[in-house]
Formats: sequence, C-alpha cells, structure tokens
Amino acid sequence: MAPEAAERIAIESDADVVTARQRARALAVGLDMPSTDQTLLATAISEIARNITAYAIRGEIVLDVVRDADGRRGVRVVARDDGPGIADLERALTDGYTTGGGLGLGLPGARRLVDEFDISTTPGEGTTVTLVKWTRSA
Amino acid sequence: MAVPILKQGPFLIASIQSALTDSDVLQLRDDVMAQVTRHRSRGIIVDVTALDVMDSFVSRSLRSIAMMTRLRGAETVIVGIQPEVAFAMVQLGMSFEDVQTALDLEEGLALLQAGDLGA
Repeated sequence: MAPEAAERIAIESDADVVTARQRARALAVGLDMPSTDQTLLATAISEIARNITAYAIRGEIVLDVVRDADGRRGVRVVARDDGPGIADLERALTDGYTTGGGLGLGLPGARRLVDEFDISTTPGEGTTVTLVKWTRSA
Repeated sequence: MAVPILKQGPFLIASIQSALTDSDVLQLRDDVMAQVTRHRSRGIIVDVTALDVMDSFVSRSLRSIAMMTRLRGAETVIVGIQPEVAFAMVQLGMSFEDVQTALDLEEGLALLQAGDLGA
C-alpha cells in the first residue's frame, strides 16, 4: 500500500472532528467512491476523532490515498494520540463498553464501517487507530 | 452554528442547516428545551436532511432531546434522515427504536397533527 498524497489534520476541538471527516469525504469523492461508502468512512472518522478529543484531549489524523496490489485505491486514515491509552482493548472493542459515558459504540462501530481496522495502544503512551476504506473496483 | 428553531402553531421546527459540532448539538438540545417551555409546545420536529453524518454522539443527543421533551409533554419527530446516513447508523449499531421518525417535514407535521404517536 504505497501512499499517494498525505494530509494531516490536528484534532484538538470538536470542530476539528468535522474538518477531518469532511476532508476524508473529499478524498473519497476524488476516488469515485460510492456515496454510501463515503458516509460510512466519514462516520467512522467521526467516532475515532471524538475518541481523541474525549480521552486524549489532542492528537492528529493523517489521511492518504493508498493502492493495493490489484491497483484498487482506498482512503487510509491514521488517528494518533499520546493520551492515556486503552487499558482493556478487548473490552473497548465490545459494543456497549465505555469509560467515557457514551454508548460504547465508537471503536466497535467504526470497525464495522470500514474494510480494514487496526488499533495499537499502550497505557500511558497513547493510541493509534488505522482504518482503510477501499473503492469497489480498480 | 446555531440551529434556527421556528414556531408553527403548537409545534416547533428545528431545521439543521449544516454539519454540527458536538457543542452545536448540545446547544440545540438546550434551545429546544427552553423553547418548549416558553411556547408550551406540543410537538417538535428536528429536520436532519442537511446532515451527511449522524455518528453515535449526534444520534444519542437527538434521542435525549426526544426523551427530555416527552417528559415535558411534547413529542419529537426526527425527519429527513438520508438513506446513506440510515445505512451507516444501522452498521454503527445505533438504535432509534423509541424515537419517532418520518420521511420529511410534511410527513412529520402530519404525524404530530394526527396526534397518534402512541408513545
């Protein structure tokens, strides 16, 4: 997956959450991604970006266009923070589990909305979530 | 950006114009509650046609508005959820089971006027 263009968005406020999902949608539009998939991607970004503002206070989201071995393109989202990390990752990926007073749908929900989902976290050091939404054809 | 709330007879219509930040959504909740009290409204329509994303925070907040206004004797109907947004909400795991919805403003008003919300 070689990146073609990268865009970095600092996530420090709820307005940045909106900016991140709008930029990602613009990238997806550029790839002719179907509008339903654009919405799924934008919604997933909203969830992981809010986790940054809610738990880590600040972080960043990097967006880029990637290409797989078959030439299919997609939007990759890397959300990074150096917040408190997640102590119990397995539970954090379970529907309904929350330590923040929300619905506990953020991470498990975001995972269902995208094609690839990866998370790495170290308590006390931070969390990185990587998402990819592929276009349906090359 | 504040959401304009219009009074139409016994009903209030909150028409969302553009993407909302979390603070905008909380402001909307407070504004609706204040207006329901001020106008003794019997029903509220929240038009979300302009929203291209309804994530868990927005969904939960709209549901709260519906629950809170019901406790004040007013029913809330959410109208205009776009097809892609509906798809994403279901995938996300959001349930709107106990919230009234309608296709558009016209259907929402008809629902409130008929008073058969059964909640």
